Amino acid sequence: MSIFLNKDSKVIVQGITGGEGTKHTARMLAAGTQVLGGVNARKAGTTVQHKDKDGQDVELPVFGSVSEAVSETGANASIVFVPPAFCKDAVIEAIDAEVPLIVVITEGIPVQDSAEFWAHAKANTGADGKPKSRIIGPNCPGIISPEESLLGITPANITGKGKLGLVSKSGTLTYQMMYELRDLGFTTAIGIGGDPVIGTTHIDAWKPSRLTRRPRPS
Amino acid sequence: MDLFEYQARDLFEKHGVPVLAGIVATTPEEAKAAAEKIGGVTVVKAQVKVGGRGKAGGVKVAKTADEAYQYAKDILGMDIKGHTVHRVMIAEGADIAEEYYFSVLLDRANRSYLAMCSVEGGMEIEQLAVERPEALAKVDVNPAEGITEAKAREIVEQAKFDAETAEKVIPVLVKLGEVYTKEDTTLVEVNPLVKTGNGDILALDGKVSLDDNAEFRHEDHAALADKSSADPLEEKAKENDLNYVKLDGEVGIIGNGAGLVMSTLDVVAYAGEKHGNVKPANFLDIGGGASAEVMAAGLDVILNDPQVKSVFVNVFGGITACDAVANGIVKALEILGDSATKPIVVRLDGNNVEEGRQILADANHPLVTSAETMDSGADKAAELAHSAK
Repeated sequence: MSIFLNKDSKVIVQGITGGEGTKHTARMLAAGTQVLGGVNARKAGTTVQHKDKDGQDVELPVFGSVSEAVSETGANASIVFVPPAFCKDAVIEAIDAEVPLIVVITEGIPVQDSAEFWAHAKANTGADGKPKSRIIGPNCPGIISPEESLLGITPANITGKGKLGLVSKSGTLTYQMMYELRDLGFTTAIGIGGDPVIGTTHIDAWKPSRLTRRPRPS
Repeated sequence: MDLFEYQARDLFEKHGVPVLAGIVATTPEEAKAAAEKIGGVTVVKAQVKVGGRGKAGGVKVAKTADEAYQYAKDILGMDIKGHTVHRVMIAEGADIAEEYYFSVLLDRANRSYLAMCSVEGGMEIEQLAVERPEALAKVDVNPAEGITEAKAREIVEQAKFDAETAEKVIPVLVKLGEVYTKEDTTLVEVNPLVKTGNGDILALDGKVSLDDNAEFRHEDHAALADKSSADPLEEKAKENDLNYVKLDGEVGIIGNGAGLVMSTLDVVAYAGEKHGNVKPANFLDIGGGASAEVMAAGLDVILNDPQVKSVFVNVFGGITACDAVANGIVKALEILGDSATKPIVVRLDGNNVEEGRQILADANHPLVTSAETMDSGADKAAELAHSAK
């Protein structure tokens, strides 16, 4: 059972026109992710060209704001490839647009910026008293539900669908573990990021997996 | 990055926190001149980034400038818990009536800021927290707001300052909160915060840690970095912004991502048991988006370590794709030329792995061996280090 991300997740990319944004939008599409568009205020109204997992051309719209991108595409997840200096504003914009899942890949964000957007997310709660947005990262590889969807920079072909869940602070060590355990495969693997302040902790990621008892070593 | 006391003092002054005159000196002559300039009784304080310097004899009260000269001469070069004293601060003598404690720091567990304050300052705060926790006020500070006047009032009330002192402490805490947020710090600590005989509040000794990630918006922070390091290789790595730690082994290690590099150390140490007990020579994380230049700088540092007999490059490409790493290795070897003489085992996996391996195969450099897996790469690197020993 995958958590947080599945084949139906609808994704927008903040920073879709930048170098990393372009490269990883292509990789996410190739992994089967439903990327529906992106955001760059200075290039609003333009489009970017990519190919989907079947090699078909796709033309993705670039919007001026996250709220516009969400209302036009119906996206329920965003991934942020925005340089550190502008990242806080980008994440706050996504929180204000009430995007349910926000993955922040950017490395090198000042920790006070992360603390601020986390405080903002925590204050923006729904009727159930929980924050409307889940943030994963920053400084993380993101989340992957193999063979369903990739919202991050994890190489998608190193493992397949299976029964393991994985939550890790590390980036490349997560890939190494997924690769070593590829015979078993994964439901969802989450790189929560190694920064001092992160949006989703190990325990936050544990809870929805509905494990009713501790797995025992056999 | 942790600052020296004199640097913290200067930051406090910049933001209007009341401090006493203080001048840093690196020679006894400078210390004497500083004491003459300040006049009267001065305190000669060793500048080291470690606690307990008073007990170690690193703080002396000088009645005259000549005494300041003599104390500076004694203290400069002194070893305090492994830290050599290169600088002293000559500080104006203070008329201390009472000592308090204040700090604000990043609270990782709560993803927030935490202010701590006590009217029982001067002692080790860890000791106070254990022995008399009720005497230490702990107040959560909202990162979106910082230390407002209302928050400062809440802090002094919890710390149980008397009403008259509280009114004087509040504006100082607001100013210290400004230092915390405006300078992008993760810690501002004042111990002691003092009340003088005249009833003035002063920040007498400060500790500040700056967030390195925020350097891009603080042009003045780079100048505060202390580039001197005990180890010349670490110093060289620091100059190139490499995340390097020297260890005591024979196999040089380069990887991307701290977690993967740490487990690479384990795997190499394990493989070394079969090959004459060779061990990892260092930790080096080239991080995300590593360029050819970064790889060259990393290889340069490692190949210059006389203890290193072989090198293991272990990269799992994510944001750094394998072709970029392979190009980096090839270019690095071009840059280094004949100075590169040690065998290099390279293991690549992840994004663009085929392209990466092809680049290495095409370059066909005599020093480079490709490995299919992390374990076989570690084993090969350990074997090469052992046979070269």
